[in-house]
Amino acid sequence: MHELSIAASIVEAVTESAAAYPGARVKEVRLRVGALASVVEDSLQFCWELATEDTPLSGARLVIRKLPVVVHCDACGVDAEIDGVQSFRCPRCGELAADLRQGRELEIESIELEEPDSESSGPADPKTHAADPPEERISEERI
Amino acid sequence: MTTRIVELRRGILKKNDELAAGLRGRFTSAGVLVLNLVSSPGTGKTAFLERTLRELRARGARVAALVGDLETDNDARRLAASGAPVRQINTHGICHLDAEMITRNLDGWEGVSLAGLNYLFIENVGNLVCPSSYDLGERIRVALLSVTEGEDKPLKYPGLFNSADAAVITKMDIAVPCGFDRELALKNLNEIRPGMRVFETSAKTGAGMEAWLAYLAEQVQAS
Repeated sequence: MHELSIAASIVEAVTESAAAYPGARVKEVRLRVGALASVVEDSLQFCWELATEDTPLSGARLVIRKLPVVVHCDACGVDAEIDGVQSFRCPRCGELAADLRQGRELEIESIELEEPDSESSGPADPKTHAADPPEERISEERI
Repeated sequence: MTTRIVELRRGILKKNDELAAGLRGRFTSAGVLVLNLVSSPGTGKTAFLERTLRELRARGARVAALVGDLETDNDARRLAASGAPVRQINTHGICHLDAEMITRNLDGWEGVSLAGLNYLFIENVGNLVCPSSYDLGERIRVALLSVTEGEDKPLKYPGLFNSADAAVITKMDIAVPCGFDRELALKNLNEIRPGMRVFETSAKTGAGMEAWLAYLAEQVQAS
């Protein structure tokens, strides 16, 4: 049950990042979680509610994108997605593949903020952009 | 209202990872080989470690251990019987050790300096899930499983077994009465972590300890 520690770490990181946008409210936090990250989604959602209670993040949605395991097969010379986490074999040739290329991720991909219109647009950072129109972008990503 | 997406691409455990990187640097410059031992409760981590500490000390190596448990210092007392410096870390309900706990306990450890050690063993809290996410700065992560636990343990806990560098099977002295299927256990370990080194041991009889100690010596040479 380390999901509570994980949720607390997310709250800390997001609060830190959101501080650069005074007056903004965090609407959504999007995670990338690998299949080998040992995180139980339901448990994390439950802990997220507990960890955000009575904080400025209260009510923010946690969206978890699961990433499958990807291994590199030396024999085929390609990266291949494997089905599940019970056998680390190349799906093409069936050989064991020890070289893990994806599956351990445990990261915050992005946060969605709601800002009052009168505020300045925040620090100039090439990694950020105002979503326009917001609804479209949201519906696209939530499918 | 305007909606803004801020891309963070930030590891959730970034703080732990940064602390662990700092620890790894300290361990490397002190020339100490650090191992993180992880298993379920009851696998026999403490008995295995106790035997390892004794055997290494008998060979003239300077060893120490940090041992994590929710409560009690029973394990530290057992390990201290080996004569090695041992420090208990009580996590009081937290199901894993993290890099901050290691940093804090190393800094306040009187009479032990990293530079004076050849090996530092960290016995994690008995748990096969949570410790897999927390880097402690170790060079080698060892996953242990006992013959009483079932050969499919690696399949049930792939996150941990896949993250380990070596595996130790404990309690081999009772493998036969337990009906332990050795071939199947080795096959399962290899499916989850292809090419992983596996040691079949008994802390009671000493079986398999030579191969394990030879591996440790190899790893020290390689560092």
